[in-house]
Amino acid sequence: MALTGVEIFKMLPKTNCKKCGFPTCLAFAMQLAQRKVSLDACPDVSEDAKKTLGDASAPPIRPITIGAGARAATVGEETVLFRHEKKFVHPSILAVAIKDTDGDDVVVGKINECLASEIDRVGQKLKIDALCLINESNDAGKFDALAKTAAAKAPDVAVILSTENVDAAKAAIANFAGKKPLLYGATEANAEAMAALAKASGASLGIKAAGLDALQALADKVKGLGIEDIILDSGAKTAKEMIEHNTYIRRAVLKKGNKSLGYPVINMAIRDNNTLETLIAGLGIMKYAAVVVLSSAQKWKNLVMFTLRQNIYTDPQVPMQVEQKVYELGNPKAESPLIVTTNFSLTYFIVAGEIENSKVPTWLAIMDCEGLSVLTAWAAGKFTASKIAAFIKDSGIEGKIANKELIIPGYVAILSGALEEKLEGWKITVGPREANALPSYLKSRSA
Amino acid sequence: MAFTPPKEVNTGKVYSVTMGTGEKAVTIGGENVLPFHGFEGVVPNRPAIAFDVLDIAPVDWPDSVREIYAGVSDDPVKWAKYCVETLNAKAIALRLSGTHPDNGNRSAAEAADTVKRVLDAINVPLIILGSNHVEKDTDVLVKAAEVAKGRNCIIGKAQEANYKTIAAAAMAHDHLLIAMSELDINLSKQLNIMITQLGFNKEKIIIDPMCSALGYGLEYTYTVMERIRLAALTQNDVTMQQPIVGDVGMYVWKIKEVSASEDILPEWGALKERGIAWEAQTASALVMSGAELLIMRHPEAAAAVDAFINELM
Repeated sequence: MALTGVEIFKMLPKTNCKKCGFPTCLAFAMQLAQRKVSLDACPDVSEDAKKTLGDASAPPIRPITIGAGARAATVGEETVLFRHEKKFVHPSILAVAIKDTDGDDVVVGKINECLASEIDRVGQKLKIDALCLINESNDAGKFDALAKTAAAKAPDVAVILSTENVDAAKAAIANFAGKKPLLYGATEANAEAMAALAKASGASLGIKAAGLDALQALADKVKGLGIEDIILDSGAKTAKEMIEHNTYIRRAVLKKGNKSLGYPVINMAIRDNNTLETLIAGLGIMKYAAVVVLSSAQKWKNLVMFTLRQNIYTDPQVPMQVEQKVYELGNPKAESPLIVTTNFSLTYFIVAGEIENSKVPTWLAIMDCEGLSVLTAWAAGKFTASKIAAFIKDSGIEGKIANKELIIPGYVAILSGALEEKLEGWKITVGPREANALPSYLKSRSA
Repeated sequence: MAFTPPKEVNTGKVYSVTMGTGEKAVTIGGENVLPFHGFEGVVPNRPAIAFDVLDIAPVDWPDSVREIYAGVSDDPVKWAKYCVETLNAKAIALRLSGTHPDNGNRSAAEAADTVKRVLDAINVPLIILGSNHVEKDTDVLVKAAEVAKGRNCIIGKAQEANYKTIAAAAMAHDHLLIAMSELDINLSKQLNIMITQLGFNKEKIIIDPMCSALGYGLEYTYTVMERIRLAALTQNDVTMQQPIVGDVGMYVWKIKEVSASEDILPEWGALKERGIAWEAQTASALVMSGAELLIMRHPEAAAAVDAFINELM
């Protein structure tokens, strides 16, 4: 469990030598407790203290990377149970399952779904992160054939190999040398052989047990066999079991100092009903699953899951921002209205949504205010008459519109006089205070 | 070594609230643990889903949800009956949108008549919502509360600017009350306190901390709900122990993701499935963070959330 600043301080040299860059050992200890600095900055710390502090400073949930190269994905290192306490660190890996009993067209279709899944939302690239190859046939040859297809068609995509059959695992894993697959299928029965295979192949090891007691025993066992990179499957099948097991594991590790289960968790979301499957995947994303396995990755479903994952994993202390530019909504023409607002993503989404609802083509000038909303940005001096004027002039919008009229949010009506001075020759119009009044406002203007 | 389950026993508990009367009355809340944490406490009731019914034709709803009610949405009585009898709705939310000054400006008397006729036609609990116009809602909801006397309805939404009149009407006619504030746990707590200071029973309030759609601020609603529940359970804060409502459909069925066709945005995939999943996912996230009552529009989205809740209970 994490040590407090004072506990750490007791183990430091207490010389206040300042070589670490902090005025006192106590100040350095406080920073260490918050994991803001590394112990390496202290040149005089004893070996004993290093070991104790090193163990204590290791993240309680071990980071595990699946895959190699640009599409490698890391999970683990989570530090809290609720997102208001601190940002959730690594978004859940979404993996689409392919069985070795699936027909060739299904296999290729799913690989293509995964490869084509990337979309851009609020400046983030979101995608299906991994393929989960399932040894449904329990046949080594068939599993190897599927692995070969995946390795050939999607060489950069992270791979999960799901099998409890050691021979099948051995055959398939040879196709992913150097690519850090997740070998998912160590059980009480095959732990020794699977651990040896994972070690030899540089793979992380997914362990499966029925219930948390058995899971803890198995985790201790594979750790004893020299495996460091572990992913946990508690055998949770239903949503009810998922929330119970995932909550207990996260809580035991973060709040009770349980070291045996300090690893990321994998959940199966596969359901017959695709909408329900989407919601179960959502449960995994919200409630502590590091890897979620799906049966398919249709575009509509991806958009829902990606958006939820983005919402849950945003930093609650840093507002989401959109790019500063003049957005063209509904093919605006020279005589279309021009509205300015800030680049807080919610402001943008809500204003853009209401403009689209109005069906009135509009130029929407989004100004970089470090992601603050209109009133906050105004109060912070980031949405002022001179800054708005400079932004409008630099944006080049002047050359695209017929009437030099700028509509400003009703909340900053106070800026209209100053803006008219700074933007010579422009008419400044005060728009509605709330975005939901935009449709009737725009419609009545264009009527 | 065996795993020791780190159970957390809470001092607080969510009030158990019953809406409606008779056999079809619905009880929500009553749990002493976080949502679906039945493994360490009691979760006596499942979250309830109410179907959204308007007093005017839903002209601004996207086609995919509007067409479901095409044959009945000209009349709120037919519409409500269809939800109960055909879609098996356990509760109805009658939204008096037509009373808004910009949307027909129907009178309070007209609205009260609609409420009366809908109540006569259904036996499930009714949530009576204004048009979210601060001044007009006071007139409309006062009259509505009066004609609904004896049916133990939920009246809403009382906001900081109009709570006194609406709470007084709900109290006079024995209804429950939705207290709505804007995405801030402190504002929510403050409004609950002000309402109870009027003499309103704190166990008859439903909290609306303001909903938002997936991708449009859901993370704010999610976190505010989660913090309200944590305050209720772990700090035993009696001003935060009311059930929470997620007014989901209204926020979901106006965003681009539920109306832009695949022809325009091929990378977003099939529109019908996307819209249903969008509403269902928004609702599911809210029950996970603390909502006990949902107001929804698409029956397939409601069915998916129901199936999700079944798996969690």
